[in-house]
Order: sequence, then C-alpha cells, then structure tokens
Amino acid sequence: MSETPVDVRENPDTSAVSGLDTVPEAPDEYGTRQRAPKTSVSSVFSFLRWAWYSLTSMRTALILLFLLALASVPGSILPQRGGSDPFRVNQYYLDHPTLAPILDHVGLFNVFGSVWFAAIYLLLFVSLAGCVLPRSKRHLKAMRLRPPAAPKNIGRLPFSTSWFTELEPDAALDKVHAFLRAKHFRADRAPSSVNAEKGYLRETGNLLFHLALLVVLLGVAVTAGFSYNGSVLVKEHDAFTNTVISYDAFTPGRFVDRAKLPPFSFTLNKFEATYHRGDNARGDADTFDAYVTWQPNLDAPAREYDVRVNHPLSTQGTNVYLGGHGYAPHFIIRDAAGHTFDQTVPFLPQKGTYQYQGVVKLPDAKPDQLGITGFFLPTASVDPTTRQPISIFPAADNPAVVIGVFSGNLGLDTGVPQSVYELDTSKLTRLTTAVMRPGDTITLPGGEGTVTFAGFEEWASFNITHDPGKPIVLVAVCAMVLGLLASLGIRRRRVWVRASRDFAGRTLVEVGGLTRTDASGGFDDEFARLMTSLRTAVPADDGDPADHRDAGGADQRADFVATVPQPVAAPDKED
Amino acid sequence: MPVDVGLARLSNDLIYGGILAYSVGFLCFAMDAAFGNHVSEAKQPARARAKVPALAGVGAASSGSSDIAVSEPAAPASSGPFTSPSRSGRMSRWGSAIARRVGAVAVLFTLAGWALHAGAILTRGLSVHRLPWGNMYEFTLALTFAAVTAFLAISTRHRARYLGVFLMAPVVLALGIAVLVLYVPAAPLMPALQSYWLAIHVSAATIAFGVFAVGAVATLMFLVADRYAAAITTGKPVRFTSLARIMPDAETLDRMAYRLHAFVFPIWTFAVIAGAIWAEYAWGHYWQWDPKETWAFITWIVYAGYLHARATAGWRGRKAAYVALLGFGTILFNFFVVNIFISGMHSYAGL
Ligand code: HEM
Repeated sequence: MSETPVDVRENPDTSAVSGLDTVPEAPDEYGTRQRAPKTSVSSVFSFLRWAWYSLTSMRTALILLFLLALASVPGSILPQRGGSDPFRVNQYYLDHPTLAPILDHVGLFNVFGSVWFAAIYLLLFVSLAGCVLPRSKRHLKAMRLRPPAAPKNIGRLPFSTSWFTELEPDAALDKVHAFLRAKHFRADRAPSSVNAEKGYLRETGNLLFHLALLVVLLGVAVTAGFSYNGSVLVKEHDAFTNTVISYDAFTPGRFVDRAKLPPFSFTLNKFEATYHRGDNARGDADTFDAYVTWQPNLDAPAREYDVRVNHPLSTQGTNVYLGGHGYAPHFIIRDAAGHTFDQTVPFLPQKGTYQYQGVVKLPDAKPDQLGITGFFLPTASVDPTTRQPISIFPAADNPAVVIGVFSGNLGLDTGVPQSVYELDTSKLTRLTTAVMRPGDTITLPGGEGTVTFAGFEEWASFNITHDPGKPIVLVAVCAMVLGLLASLGIRRRRVWVRASRDFAGRTLVEVGGLTRTDASGGFDDEFARLMTSLRTAVPADDGDPADHRDAGGADQRADFVATVPQPVAAPDKED
Repeated sequence: MPVDVGLARLSNDLIYGGILAYSVGFLCFAMDAAFGNHVSEAKQPARARAKVPALAGVGAASSGSSDIAVSEPAAPASSGPFTSPSRSGRMSRWGSAIARRVGAVAVLFTLAGWALHAGAILTRGLSVHRLPWGNMYEFTLALTFAAVTAFLAISTRHRARYLGVFLMAPVVLALGIAVLVLYVPAAPLMPALQSYWLAIHVSAATIAFGVFAVGAVATLMFLVADRYAAAITTGKPVRFTSLARIMPDAETLDRMAYRLHAFVFPIWTFAVIAGAIWAEYAWGHYWQWDPKETWAFITWIVYAGYLHARATAGWRGRKAAYVALLGFGTILFNFFVVNIFISGMHSYAGL
C-alpha cells in the first residue's frame, strides 16, 4: 500500500477534536463500558446496580470468555463420561485410585455437563446480553445519525491537507458534497463545510456478530432440551422402529415427549465394507454402505437408501448416521436334553486388531446353563511366533471363530446387571476350546451337547439424533462470519471539508480526515487517493500553498502536507 | 483408486528441492538483514523522518532518498529504531548495492522454493486423487505453504521483506520435521474423511494456521523491537539488540501483526464452523467437545481476546501481543499434543 510514500500528517492529539477517541470510564469505541463505574455500595439497590454494571462490562465478558476456555481444558485432557470413549474413565479410576474420586467429585470427568461449566456459560450469556443489547439500541440510533459538524481546526486532524481554488466557496463545497456522495460517503452540506462519514456497516457488522454469538449461546442451550439422541445395533435382515424401547441407548432432552418420536422404521438389508488391499495402508477402510429399506411411517411406501459415513438418512427432523460395524456369528447349539438354540450374536470389534469379540449365553440350556466366549476372525491365520489364531484382515476372506464353551451357573440370577458382551466365568467350568470354520460342528465333552458354527452376518450400529435447534444455530453462525467480515474489514472514517475566503480573497479548501480504530491502517492511502481525485473535482489555482512549499520539485504527493507546522508523534504506518 | 507411486515419489523429491531452495532463501534473507541498508530500501519516508533525527541525530538525507528530507521536531519514545546510527553512517554505497541484490536473491529463492512446494502438494494430491491434507505430514506441507504464500503476498504488497528471515527459519524447521518425523506414504482416505465439508474445513484451517504463524512471527518481532525501543529511552541494556536492529520499528510490526490476525480470524471462525458442519454430517453432533474441537474453541477465544485487547485502552501493545502468542501456542498444542497424544473422535477410535 505504501507505494505512495505517505506525506499525510498524523497528529497525536486528536482527542480535542475527535468524538471518536476512547475515553476511559466512558463508552469505548464499541460503545461499551470497559470498566464498571465505581458506585458506593450504600444500599442494596446500588449494590445490585454495581453488580449489574460489573457483570455487563466488556472486561467481565472477556474474563468470562477466557474462563470458559480455561474450564474446557481439563475436559480435553481428562477422560470424559460423555466423550468418545467413556470406558477410559473407569480405566482412570484403576490407574489413579486416590486421585480419581476427587476429580470426579468436582465434575472433572464430566466438565461440559458440570454445574460450574454451566455457571460460567450462564454468566457469560447474561454478561454478553447486558453488554450487547443496550449497545444495539444505541447503535440503531447512531445508524441514522448524520455526520458530526466539522471541528474548528481541520488542520489539526490526523489527516489533513489544503489548497486554494478559483471556485467560490459555495460552489467548491457543492462540488465536494457531490463528490463525497458519489464516493458513498454519508455527506451533509453545512453552510461553511461538508461533513461526511463512511463505513457505518462496520458497527453494524460488529453488532451482528455479537448478537449472533448470543443467539448461538442461547440456541445451543435451549434447544438441547428438545433434542434426543440414541444408538442402536442392527443385524442384517433385522428391523428398527423409532420408539424408545428399540434403542440400546437413548438420551432425551428435558422436554422431549418420549411417546411421540417420529414413527419411521427401517430394515438393514445388507452391510458392505471394502478395504485397502494394497501394501499401502492395507486393511484401512475404503467404503462402508448400509443398505436399508425404510418408511417414514407405517402407511408410507417403502424406499431404499444407502446410509454411509457423511451420508445420513434424514426424515422428520431426525437423522440416522452410520456408526460402527462388525460381525455376528450364527451358532446352533444343542444341549444335553436335546433342545436346540439358534443364536446370531453381534461380536464387537476389538481395538487395534481385526478381531471381534462376543459371548453367547444360554440360561435355558439343560441340565446346566451354557455359555460361549469367542472371537470372530474374518481372515483367520496363525501368528508365526505365538502360534495363536489371529485375524490378519478386516474383510471376511477366511472366516473362523475361536470359542471357549462353559457350563455351570451364568450368574444371571444374582440381581447384578450383566453386560451382554461379557461372561462371568466364576461359577462356570470350561468344557472345551475350539477353532471352527463355517459349517463345523463340535461335540461337547460329557455329553453336554453340540455347537455348530453355522455362518455369520454383519451388523451396523446407528446413531440417531434429533436437534430442532440446528437451523437456528446454523443461521446464527453464518451471521457471525458475515458480521466478523464487516467488523474487521470495514473502516469507519470521517472527512470534513471547509471552504473559506482568506484575506486576499482567495478560496482556501481545507480537508481533514479521521478514522476510528484504524488499527488495521491504510486510511493514509485512502485519504491520499481521495484527495488526488478531489483535487481534480475542485481544481487548485496557481497560487496553491502546497505547491509553493514544495517548489523543490517534489512530486505531487507532497500536496497533502498540511499547511500548519505540527508536531509529529506517532511514527508513520508502513504498509 | 490405487495410489500413483511415481507421482508420490516425485512429490517427495519436489519437497526436498523446496526445502533446499527455502534454506538458501533463508540464508540470503539473513545476509540481507545483517548487512542491508534498510532505511533506503524500505522507502518509508514518513517513518524515517519521524525517527532518524530523534534517535540518531543524523539527517534523514543520509539514506539517500530525496523525498524525505523534511526535518521534523523530535519524535517521542514510542518509535523504535530501525537502523543503528553508526551503521547507517558507515554503510558504503557498493555495500548497500550488494545487499539490495541479496535481498532480491532471497525473494527469488523463496519464490522458487514456493513453486517446488506447490508442485509437491499438487503431485501428492494427484497421486492419491484427493486433497492432499489428510494427515499430519500433508497438513504440515499445506500450512507452511499457506504461511509462505501469505509472506510473499504481504512482502510484495506491503514491503514486509523484513519478515523473511524470521519466518523462513520456522518454515524450514517445520518442513524438516514433516519429512523426517511426520512422513507417511501416500494413501487414500478413510471413509469418514471423504466429505467436501471436511475438505473445506481442513483447507480453511490450513490457511488460517499458516497465516496465524506469520502473525505470530510478526508479533514476536514486535515484542523484540518494542523492548529495544523501551531500552533505548530508558538507557537500560537489553538482549537481542542486534536482532532488533534489523527490524522495522515496533509500531509497524504491531500494525502488521494486527492486520494479519484481523484477516485470518474470520477464516478461523469459518474453519471451526465448517468442521462443526462436517461433524454434523459424519456423526450427527455438530459439537461434542472432542479434544480437538475443544482446543479449536480455545484458540478462537484467545484470538478473540487478542482482538478485543487490541481495541481496549491499556491492553494495546505488549499485553495484546502476549495474548496473540498464547493463541498461537494453543494452535501448536492442538496440532502436536492433541493430534498425537490425546485420542478423540479425530483419531477414529470407532470406525
Ligand atoms: C485447531 C483447530 C482445528 C484444526 C487445526 C483442525 C485441523 C484438522 C485437520 C488437519 C484434519 C485432518 C485430519 C487430521 O489430521 O486429524 C481435521 C479433521 C477433522 N476435523 Fe478438524 N481441525 C480443527 C478444529 C476442528 C473443529 C472445531 C471441528 C468441529 C467439530 C473439527 C472437526 C474435524 C473432524 C471431524 C475431522 C475429521 C477426523 C480426523 O481428523 O481424523 N475440527 N481437522
């Protein structure tokens, strides 16, 4: 930008003339109190007023914002109950038996659901509201304000220049007025000056941003009460109907009517995964597809859909996302008494391996209850060092199961709830261990019966969410970005032009400029360019003061040197 | 689609070439900074005018530029020195001519490195048929590219060549870490990463990260220059003096830093929002306080704090600068510590 060497003066002490400066203890350039005014706490009322002022000052809002950031740090470092892997909390308890209960007590394993996080959030919201809403009112008024009257001494403004013209003062000012309006200034023609201002959108943008932030904070908090989410595991050929009891896990917001969930349903026809088969990143997933047939309600015609990652099924404000996937081996078990049990049981993926683990429980087997723990190996092989069966690829290229069969008491009658994915072997005796391929049957020792590995299916898990606040939050965040762009990209600037006759009867045109929060710089250039074109519109006569001063042959830019010698304080901007 | 191994290999060769060119560029920037005559080069009459008489008592005319020979009353302490009086006095004519040449050579090498860098990213992307910012190696390549691009853009438009020596050092370092530590062979992306919202999110985050880096460098330079200026007025000795001598004054640097941050903050905001939209598509939750999200949020707040500090009386200058550096610290933490040590959704525990 400083292609144009800058000769525009900048004055340090503009506070005398600008209405734009930040005066401590007064509304700042945002029109916001930076500090609460000091009030004597003599009565309850004045205390409340003091508290309110303190809470709604910009400083407090910023401190609360920082507190919110600080408060979220432990949530990112310690395991969280609501996080991606809640089991890590249990692990933490095992690893740090003394520390964990203390941390738990102050809510550090559930930071984002803790009381103190909510308290900061709420205070921030109130503070922001108290800060922004009054400002919006002021801004609405300010938006219609005309540019302020010209200061007495235009030459003392941060940016100033002057020249003589042959035009009459009135004619010159008319031209200036027309010129500035054409440049999209809000310009007023006063009797002896033109007052102009531009960049009102800056404040509008700033306000839009903060208001939108308020909406986001509010929207996130309020709409949570009307949201629900849940997850469900569905085997191939099985169906899911959207009722609370169909879910494996269901977390409703406070105001959700559990009886009135949208009545859609779907059947998982087929789950398909493909994987890298090259040497590079071998075994990494390429695609996952869950092919479903679904209906928005029982009476609607059935439709086909392919639920993929990043490609949820959406209906009635509810989205169905593909979560995990795995295999469900199919066992046919015959007990000693001759009963047949047909079980297709989902096995869960084991982290860091291509194995799937699960259990089968047969409490009704006679004479003893039967239990099976096992691994499903989609591509079975033998570990060259340990000689143990392992799985070397996630696709079912060479499927097998490794099972241990137990008989005895499954412990289901103790009243302690048990995971369906774990077998309590304390009251069981191991009958046998076997590696089986689809179609294999083993006979259990002691005449306890037989186990057949009949085959397998795949399963997929789905996360189902409903959040009516999303559109609100989305619109608000878009407004935030727009507001930011205007607020950081637009500069608010004022220009005053005065034309008067000097003692010799010539018309002196004086121009002064001022910009608010010109932290980003660049007004010097704009002012210089503006003046270059303004001098075309209001041409200088031969006796131009600036021309005389710079008779040494300096270039045209020297025209912008002010006529009044001034102290130069701020080192100039370079950009 | 299979990986094009030839292209992937070409990409690796290109990045080594780029690092080499950047290194030479860095050395030239260093020489330029150490020996160049900056007052005449930077063509900043107003500043020279305001400052040189005050601090050096030497006529601004010593810089050889005719359009700045206006003598002004002494400037107050706020202006930092740009060049030491003794050196600008001693600087010989041919010395400065060579120095000017070195500065141009530095830019040329940086440009060459930039072209190779661009080629490396392009071929990497073509070899895997996707946007090449899917892992930390690729992301580091992309963000350093964004930083160098930002630097080249502002140094042509705003004559900010002085940033070169201080920016290119971390860029070369980061690229070194990328090829030596973070490198992974070219591979397609896992399904969850195949989304255009993710592409938008990561692109915006990359650009933002790169520009934040340039902003952090400018902020660091500001702190050094500001300290030096303060030391000059109080007469106290100060460290890093020789560094401060090759920098422009504190005010300039502060302004540059602010502009960079003001430019990039909306981009960062957008990046976080795009990430949230992506998360919404992928998991059905736009915000889950996943560690990476949490730190993106913290970064956002800290930089928002910086922007406010910059507009608040009593916080401008050094205090605001520390806030900006804290912001960059949170980005680095997110990239290195969270990515590598803290698992979350971003690390694909589930699928
Ligand atoms: C410091 C801020 C952030 C940076 C630098 C960042 C950068 C990245 C990068 C480089 C990736 C590519 C994969 C990787 O290396 O992990 C990525 C992926 C992703 N980002 Fe962000 N991101 C940030 C914040 C966010 C936020 C706020 C969200 C919003 C929810 C988000 C959501 C995601 C998701 C879901 C992925 C894909 C999973 C993955 O990374 O493996 N990110 N991000």
